[in-house]
Amino acid sequence: MMNTENHSAQTIPYRESSQPRVPWLQRKWMRTILYHGFVALTAIAMIYPILWLFGSSLKGSDEIWTNQAALIPDDIKFDNYSNGWKGFGSITFTTFYKNSFIYAGVGTLLTVSASAVVAYGFARVKFTGRQFWFGVMLLTLMLPIQVQIIPQYIMFNKLDWINTFYPLLLPRLGGQAFFIFMIVQFIRGIPNELDEAALIDGCGKIGIFFRIILPQLKPAIITAAIFSFYWTWEDFLTPLLYLNSPDLYTVSLALRTYSDPSGQTDWGAIFAMSSLSLVPVFVIFVVFQRYLVEGIATTGLKG
Amino acid sequence: MGDAIIKFPTRQPKKSRFGRNNIVGYLFISPWLIAFILFGLIPMVVSFGLAFTNYHILRGWDFIGLDNFHRMFYEDRRYWNSVRATVKYVIIAVPLRLVFALAVAMLLNTKRRGVAFYRAAFYAPSVVGGSIAVAVMWREIFAREGLVNYLIGQFGQESIWWLGHPDYAIWTLILLAAWQFGSPMLIFLAGLKQIPGQLYESASIDGANGIQKFFRITFPLLTPVVFFNLVMQLIAGFMTFTQAFIITNGSGRPLDTTLFYALYLYKRGFETYEMGYASAMAWVMLVVVALLTAIVFATSARWVYYESQEGK
Repeated sequence: MMNTENHSAQTIPYRESSQPRVPWLQRKWMRTILYHGFVALTAIAMIYPILWLFGSSLKGSDEIWTNQAALIPDDIKFDNYSNGWKGFGSITFTTFYKNSFIYAGVGTLLTVSASAVVAYGFARVKFTGRQFWFGVMLLTLMLPIQVQIIPQYIMFNKLDWINTFYPLLLPRLGGQAFFIFMIVQFIRGIPNELDEAALIDGCGKIGIFFRIILPQLKPAIITAAIFSFYWTWEDFLTPLLYLNSPDLYTVSLALRTYSDPSGQTDWGAIFAMSSLSLVPVFVIFVVFQRYLVEGIATTGLKG
Repeated sequence: MGDAIIKFPTRQPKKSRFGRNNIVGYLFISPWLIAFILFGLIPMVVSFGLAFTNYHILRGWDFIGLDNFHRMFYEDRRYWNSVRATVKYVIIAVPLRLVFALAVAMLLNTKRRGVAFYRAAFYAPSVVGGSIAVAVMWREIFAREGLVNYLIGQFGQESIWWLGHPDYAIWTLILLAAWQFGSPMLIFLAGLKQIPGQLYESASIDGANGIQKFFRITFPLLTPVVFFNLVMQLIAGFMTFTQAFIITNGSGRPLDTTLFYALYLYKRGFETYEMGYASAMAWVMLVVVALLTAIVFATSARWVYYESQEGK
């Protein structure tokens, strides 16, 4: 809207000649200043809580109360990090990070590779029932997981898999509907000629997948991997259900226990450990922003 | 290579390839299909069965017919508290989120310098939105001695116990949801970029103002995207769990005003292990979400504009 109004003021030529003095609010530089002033202020307000969290994690135990709203502490201290890292019950955050990286790393690897394989099947092989199963898969996107988690829990409990990573990782061998859908869309955009040429050269469907399609899937796979990592890193419900022993806790679970209002009162350390848990997320966000934005814009992935 | 050679082999061996395609096709989708049957379909069927039992993980089960549903609708006051809390949350948070998303998307739909930076800043809260860290941060911000009370204290106001007051607690969760409008914003932004600039130019020549342009051009052309965002956000809203779990420490306090449906279901299923009852709750949730989605779909013909309709 902003820029089109801008347009109208300039493209009507008679205005300039009959009214040489444009009102100051409509002058281009004025609009630019107003735009940047307004948008920048709103943007800062948006990220203020996050900056505040990082800032507070660097405040000393007094300053956290006396200088509560400040983003930059008067006196930067890293004590909160060393105190927080000690964790609880003689288990340090080293263990929690190790568990989280196992869950998010292995989980992402399984999810994305399975999704790519399945997506190829849906996108390029014409088999009986293809549309039916694709429709079923899209329907599962809208399904509340609550209708599945209870029997899943009973099943994994019967298998004696509580307090193992199997219930967290095994279901990922089937990929994830969001990513399958996204990669299917991507493969459909790859021209068929290469497939056909490979077919002439005696390449089967499996060969075409590995030699022709997979190398071209890089952007889609990166996007899927980023989102999969995010969702797994931030996942709370699954670890909450299946990991009861603290030495198996992921960072999310550990943060919850660590920040329990009835026990912990060291806010600085809570802020420090919370900030730290966001670092992997932000590093990926900054490095791969382009993939993220395109991934959401083109497929409507939720963030 | 000539064209004839390229087109030749795809048509010819159709018969022999048909059977092979089935084998290869199902081979490729087998990871998903097997996982879907094992971890999706079978649990769903079992869950449906459990809804008619009093299954308890330690005590076993008896078939009790519709008793779970009777208890839910006529006896369990906490159930209705959770319905009320969830409906209030969804009805307020989802439209707020979409309005913010659209407003900011329109602000950022310009070729000015620095837009990429702004876009990242507006999206940042959503990137970390589902995390425990942000939920913990939110709880500390609205704590008795937290940031908000500190700030209003600077203006001489008395501090408020945001998370302990039945009128205010849910608003902290609504605010948290509204703050995370990044994904619908990016989807709106992609939709706005599709609208041809000539439409606005000719509207300007006809003397249309900004408000007219929005209601006559922008919004109608954007309705498919609004529709998509609405469906996705409604579903996500009804399933909100983590934030409420952390901010109220899993209690749904005060007075069950933040006891979201998914949270209450979790408490029944995994705290008191009344898994039959929780399954019944899950199926009611599924039916409600499906109905809502169906209603949005059914009414979409009235307000969603698809370009292909032009020809009709």
